Amino acid sequence: MHCHDLGIKIDIPPEARMIVLAGNPNVGKSVFFNALTGLYVDVSNYPGTTLEISHGKFGPDVVIDTPGVYGISSFNDEEKIARDIILSADVVINIVDAVHLERDLFLTQQVIDTGIPVVVALNMLDEAVRQGRQVDVDLLSDLLGVPVIPTVATQKKGIEELKAAVSYARSGHIDHELHSKLHLLHDRVGNQGEALLILEGDPIVAERHGIKPGNDREEIYLMRRARVNDIVGHVVRQTSQGASMGTVLGRLMIQPLTGVPILAVFLYAMYKFIGVFIAVDIVNFTEKIIMKEKYEPFVRALVGHYIPQKTALGTILTGEFGVLTMTVTYILGLLLPLVIGFYLALSAFEDSGYLPRIATLTDRAMTGIGLNGRAVIPIILGFGCVTLATIVTRLLGSERERRIAVFLLGLAIPCSAQLAVIAGLISRVSGAYVFLFALTIFTVLAVAGTMLNRFLPGESTDLLIDLPPLRLPRIENVLKKTFTKSYNFLAEATPLFAVGALLIGILQVTGLLDVLQKLLAPLTVGWLGLPKEAANAFIMGFVRRDFGAAGLASLPLSEIQTIVGLITITLFVPCIASLLVIFKERGRREGLIIWPAILSLAFFIGGLVAQGFRLFGSVYAVIGAVAVILLAAVIIGKMPKPGNTSPIDQNVKQRSSV
Amino acid sequence: MRLDRCKRGQLIKVSLIDNPDVRAQAIRFGIAEGEVVSCEEILPAGPVVVRKNHQEIAIGRGLARQIEVEHII
Repeated sequence: MHCHDLGIKIDIPPEARMIVLAGNPNVGKSVFFNALTGLYVDVSNYPGTTLEISHGKFGPDVVIDTPGVYGISSFNDEEKIARDIILSADVVINIVDAVHLERDLFLTQQVIDTGIPVVVALNMLDEAVRQGRQVDVDLLSDLLGVPVIPTVATQKKGIEELKAAVSYARSGHIDHELHSKLHLLHDRVGNQGEALLILEGDPIVAERHGIKPGNDREEIYLMRRARVNDIVGHVVRQTSQGASMGTVLGRLMIQPLTGVPILAVFLYAMYKFIGVFIAVDIVNFTEKIIMKEKYEPFVRALVGHYIPQKTALGTILTGEFGVLTMTVTYILGLLLPLVIGFYLALSAFEDSGYLPRIATLTDRAMTGIGLNGRAVIPIILGFGCVTLATIVTRLLGSERERRIAVFLLGLAIPCSAQLAVIAGLISRVSGAYVFLFALTIFTVLAVAGTMLNRFLPGESTDLLIDLPPLRLPRIENVLKKTFTKSYNFLAEATPLFAVGALLIGILQVTGLLDVLQKLLAPLTVGWLGLPKEAANAFIMGFVRRDFGAAGLASLPLSEIQTIVGLITITLFVPCIASLLVIFKERGRREGLIIWPAILSLAFFIGGLVAQGFRLFGSVYAVIGAVAVILLAAVIIGKMPKPGNTSPIDQNVKQRSSV
Repeated sequence: MRLDRCKRGQLIKVSLIDNPDVRAQAIRFGIAEGEVVSCEEILPAGPVVVRKNHQEIAIGRGLARQIEVEHII
């Protein structure tokens, strides 16, 4: 079949049809997918992305889900994937949200223009009726030229009718002018869908056929938009306009005055759930009891039969940092529950429509550090696991944003493993010192972000997102998302953690670990003003950041020493797995800049605080100095970037003079 | 007037979008040049939220600055 276009491997029997589910984000596609395929579903990770594509069987045919998109083109990964899957479909089931017909029918008409047989499921009709909206289903079907089935997927209404209608899917009505243009190109490329995308100037599809991309995108889009508006004008009757509870709450969530407290409440609930319930209660059970007391002795005894633990190989496999002991305990005992917890919370935020509102609320702060509101997702995840968050930066809109986010995650976001130990250590010092720690880390984040935004070439993308109506998250959806995302993360990260453990094991066996610790000692004593044993903590912090912080706990440190040690170890490159993932995501060259930069910044800033305290002799003076630096960063961030506004102005002049 | 100068509750007509990619995405969302939308929310120095029928879209401040609009009511 046409699988050469798909990046994922799906077995499609020769006689089976490929049925593709397509629709805008949040239209309830997954409910249809589950209803069509039942329990037996495969999930493949699309190469180079964090996107999962589910596929299953519907009778003799194969059903494939696609990411929610507003149209198919090359604007982002979701669209590219949806485009390739839709273009190779035999039948497209297009899920349309009756409340947002104007928006959703754009994709419908675009898919119809590809010439692929379509059946439309007009979903959420109950919600449309509640909002005083009536849709003439028969007329819609006549105007589009394809079957339209009214559904309320959450109540299983219309699903059987839809299943029956799949066989009646047909090619819909296409604008005459567009049709003749398509016809000409169709003869050259042999596929109407690809011909359409080439006309619309899609660079990737055009390159596949060695044809120059067309310049008709805007003309075709405008025509399609006009056609859709015309159809909506004919089929929709609006009887009343009522603002629902959801609308009011949605507003409150994005206004800073109310939105910040609401976000604080949700984050606090998230902290209670993940930071207390999962990180303490659950992890105590999974890590200490299951893994350390049951699994590790078992695997040590098992391996010990063949390879004595005292040998080099034995140490690497089952020693303190063994690939079979530490890695497995770390991943299954600690990371798995945490990652599941974070994804549960995030999926619930996403499914309820809260996530795009958090992005809107935080957009202003994010633009100051060269990111936009969407970056709040990896930042929140970073407090769970920096390795995970670094992988998730793929969802950001440009290389520049990914670069900034990866650097900031590595530098200034402490992961949950560290947070736990930081919390333990910090309880020993008084309030002013705790404040100094938090202020310093926040200042580092703000200053580093502002500087990167100022000096990295290029432009970051702006926020442009749809705010879907708020609703209660659907448990089934949330669980499914959590499961697939957690699974994919572990599948991707496990080898990294294993390689990390292997490297550390080798360092230990060869004695290099001791040499490194001795090398670090002068820096630790002279510049940071810490006892020389603290060097151990830094090295161990690289193995696992929480080991590092725990290493500090056993040393007799003064208040300022504790804070300097914590600052240094928080800023220090996260664990070895996160270092490996930085290299994997950003490439060797950039990794070789990012890593040493973070390493030296960590020691430089930690030392600066220590020296500042030595100079001023008072914690309040150091706090004052840090606050001045933060203020300067905020002011610099507010100043317009040189050369930032001129290209736009020029553009306007050019266009208006034409 | 640029979109970032609009006020809450105003009805505005989108008259010009500079960036071709943004223009294409705006057409998909139904806020193409010539469409009338309402300005629902404008965060201090942050994004502008516009609405057309039941569709709400948050537009970053930088992008709003590139969108020329006319004030209707």
